Amino acid sequence: MLKGKAFKFGDGISTDHITPGRLAHLRSNLPELAKHVLEDADPTFASRVKKGDFVAAGGNFGLGSSREHAPLVIKMAGVSAILAKSVARIFFRNAINLGLPVLICDTDGINDGDTLEVDLGKGTVKDITTGRQLTFGKLPEVMLKILGEGGLLPYIQKYGDFKL
Amino acid sequence: MGKTLAEKILTKKSAGEACAGDIVISRVDLAFVQDTTGPLTVRQFQAGKFKELANPEKTVLFFDHAAPSPNRQLSNDHKLLRQFAKDMGCLKYDVGSGVCHQIVAEALAKPGDVVVGSDSHTVTAGALGAFATGMGSSDVAIVFALGKTWLRVPESIKINITGKFGASVGAKDLVLYLIGSIGADGATYKALEFGGERLANLTMSDRFTIANMAVEAGAKVGLFPSDKITQEYLKAQGRAKDFQPLSADKDAIYEKTIDIDLGAIEPMVAKPHQVDNVAKARELKGTKIEQVFIGTCTNGRREDLATAAGILKGKKRHPDTRLIVAPASPKVLLEAIAVGYIKTLLEAGAIILPPGCGACLGLHQGVLGDGESCLSTANRNFKGRMGNPEAFIYLSSPATAAASAIAGEITDPGEVL
Repeated sequence: MLKGKAFKFGDGISTDHITPGRLAHLRSNLPELAKHVLEDADPTFASRVKKGDFVAAGGNFGLGSSREHAPLVIKMAGVSAILAKSVARIFFRNAINLGLPVLICDTDGINDGDTLEVDLGKGTVKDITTGRQLTFGKLPEVMLKILGEGGLLPYIQKYGDFKL
Repeated sequence: MGKTLAEKILTKKSAGEACAGDIVISRVDLAFVQDTTGPLTVRQFQAGKFKELANPEKTVLFFDHAAPSPNRQLSNDHKLLRQFAKDMGCLKYDVGSGVCHQIVAEALAKPGDVVVGSDSHTVTAGALGAFATGMGSSDVAIVFALGKTWLRVPESIKINITGKFGASVGAKDLVLYLIGSIGADGATYKALEFGGERLANLTMSDRFTIANMAVEAGAKVGLFPSDKITQEYLKAQGRAKDFQPLSADKDAIYEKTIDIDLGAIEPMVAKPHQVDNVAKARELKGTKIEQVFIGTCTNGRREDLATAAGILKGKKRHPDTRLIVAPASPKVLLEAIAVGYIKTLLEAGAIILPPGCGACLGLHQGVLGDGESCLSTANRNFKGRMGNPEAFIYLSSPATAAASAIAGEITDPGEVL
């Protein structure tokens, strides 16, 4: 069970909002890069987010670049899962490859600052603040397995190959 | 049952039949990274304790985003990549060699290939009939090690091309129009497959521009059939043997079909800060522009410089508008010098950057000031993209960009021709 506070974002948060190209020189210094996570969407996010918190976004979260640094710095900031109405393809794959859960659900009813409880096994999100309960869709089997191993690298190290 | 282009290619590269919705393990013919995603790929490869590459001659490192490097951190990232290339014996295109997608087009990808790159605009090679898609550093590290990856076979949306472009309208206008119609997530997880009776009206350069921006509608791949135009292009690159014809089956099943009449399209512009926020260029007349940027994997080819030079010949950029041009490859630059485009552009007041990504992603070579607007031929206008979240980015064709550089404001190129 995951529990934390929701940080609400709107639609179309791109990888440039999360970790912009102007900071490309920090990509080999991840702790420094992580201090700027989501800076162009909310400059106060990095200083306010706590371990276990959630990103609750609108549609097409993570569109744009293939830079894996985007989900990586969100994970490093302590975020335990990303909730979004929809998520861009490459970002989705990158997050799962890093062991960061991405849960597709209707985030409209979640307010900034709400306390959430996520049950990954049951596929439910409980908004403790409002009392509302949401369900999220199941990941494809291959992504579930990769997520279950904590990411793509541990998955390949365990199985030596892709196992469908 | 008939197959789409995506299903055909992935059936050949995986075990058994590949139908939309299936998850397959596909062989990868070409895998690459660039200098801002490559260092993490190298570190993941090393963390996985892999000792060698599955296909060193089909593994490529490109140095194009920071070319040449503007600071010590990126110079050190370049050192890491050079050492990896040396240790592993893979291909390396160092600083000055051009934009990765342009080199992949000119020299490396071929029809029927599966191409995976750690750069979202890897989709560009779909113009050649290659299943080309972007992935992150970890995925590509595993492709480097195993020579394969998992893919969900995408459903396909057919784009049925009819008609012929009017004067001063081109491929960029078409793709901006399409993204404006279906939205920035209109093709998420899907293939965009271009076809139709007038597909021959799209040149190879047009096709690269269109396939390049498939990802801006969320698509996994933007595919063109491999036809006579593809064959001519490969021949001109000295790669005639890489050609094979490739087309979808007549009874292939598409999720939907969208008809586009080239003749009905007008010069289009994407407004800040989303690519699907489009308008007709003429509707934005009067929008002041401090910088025009012509180049990138979208519009940095010889044909694009020809269009710009044609409009700028004998004219000058507006005194308040900087004009920056980045040819996509040394081949493009050499050809543009030989036929006089570079002279024309310089005489019009342009700055010529070395072949590479240039100002596109906000690293260097044209970072915008607070409140400034840039009209760019690139593919993205997200907030902060060109190095400053307080700036504004508009996207257009090279023709609209060149016309606007003269006027100092967004201008329909039809007005200056």
